[in-house]
Amino acid sequence: MISDKFLYTLFLADNALILGHRNSEWTGHGPNLEQDIAISNIALDLVGQARNLYQYAAEQYNNYRDELSGLITSPAFNQVQGPIDEDDLAYLRDVNEFRNNLLVEQPNGDWAKTILRQFLFSCYQQLLYERMKQSADLQLAAIAEKSLKEVLYHVRWSGEWVIRLGDGTEESKRRMQEAIASLWKFTGELFIAASFEKALASAPTAPAASTGAPGSPMETSLAGLVPAPESLKETWLEKVAGTFRLATLDMPANSWMQQGGKDCIHTEHLGFLLAEMQYLQRAYPGSEW
Amino acid sequence: MQEAKNHITDIRAVDAATQQVWQYLEEVTDPEVPVLTVVDLGIIRGVITDGKSAEVTITPTYTGCPAMDMISTNIRMVLASHGYAPVTIKTILSPAWTTEWMTEAGKEKLKAYGIAPPNPKQSVCTPEYFHREEAVQCPHCNSFHTHMISEFGSTACKSLYRCDDCQEPFDYFKCH
Repeated sequence: MISDKFLYTLFLADNALILGHRNSEWTGHGPNLEQDIAISNIALDLVGQARNLYQYAAEQYNNYRDELSGLITSPAFNQVQGPIDEDDLAYLRDVNEFRNNLLVEQPNGDWAKTILRQFLFSCYQQLLYERMKQSADLQLAAIAEKSLKEVLYHVRWSGEWVIRLGDGTEESKRRMQEAIASLWKFTGELFIAASFEKALASAPTAPAASTGAPGSPMETSLAGLVPAPESLKETWLEKVAGTFRLATLDMPANSWMQQGGKDCIHTEHLGFLLAEMQYLQRAYPGSEW
Repeated sequence: MQEAKNHITDIRAVDAATQQVWQYLEEVTDPEVPVLTVVDLGIIRGVITDGKSAEVTITPTYTGCPAMDMISTNIRMVLASHGYAPVTIKTILSPAWTTEWMTEAGKEKLKAYGIAPPNPKQSVCTPEYFHREEAVQCPHCNSFHTHMISEFGSTACKSLYRCDDCQEPFDYFKCH
């Protein structure tokens, strides 16, 4: 369904935007100049990826407005006249319409927590984009191919910091271990498919493809367009465990996982983030600088 | 990659009207690295023109590079000033831009400007930790005794180095 692809595109975009915004909160406050610049560069990459994804989502929305308009109910968004653009999707949706993972909205905490959040997410994003760049959806494939080059830098940079801090001083190790304790529970949902992922990730089947009028985008099967999130889990765990080993950090035991982000149920932190990020566009619609 | 490189060569080998637009594009420079033209950077992926209107296809260097919007505007302005109307700018993401597409002339200009150009042997980011590419040559004294200070520099496309011989810090336009 076209609505599944739209929601999936928004989900990818929201992840990139929210983590990009969190990282940008470090700008001017980094532990030293070089790392301040590094985290700001990563923020810029992520906001850039978000922009490409929101542009694609906006294009889908404008092309299939009748089918998609019910999916966003925020009053501010629905006041937009004519075609929407990427900024409308970023600034005018309410908190209960964001589909990002809970992991990326978690507050920065100390440098260890920020580093770990980046590492856990970038490893996931790398695996996702490696698979998505072969998608039959050429725009998703192109965005994945382009973003992947940047994500590899994020994985290496954050992974090296995990090792430095974990295998560093007593204090840096303690802080890394605390970061793991606080963030691990948000990693489970990365690998649990939301309804729109299930619809897009399942293998294409003949009956699904043959329903409805041929050529109608509403009825054409979009199955198999994106990787099933469960299929990324094992490789992700191996990468994380290998890095933790180098960092002399303890791998957490299997434990209870919090989920909800992809279904728009968030931790309290996202509302505060959006209040700050969206304030200007809400107060002065359309303003630019 | 080789294919994409040839793609550019093929486009430039076409008719005189298209050649003319390519020539005008040499007037558009990167706002952050002003010695490089957009042609040097290798971000122009196609030109279609009938001598009156022009459609230019560009590809971003990095997804979040803030210079890209300005580059689009500047292309539009330069072509408009030469009488083209309408001027359309299209953006494509695939194939993804690589520093391999940077022209040799561009690399020389970078070095003269004090920025180490991307190494001739393309080595982009590998996932192995603490693994770095071959020595980067100091653009000031040509020494290879240099070390990286930060993978991320003043713009998305650069990292920060220091020369162990002349002690000067310098930017490296990293392979991508």
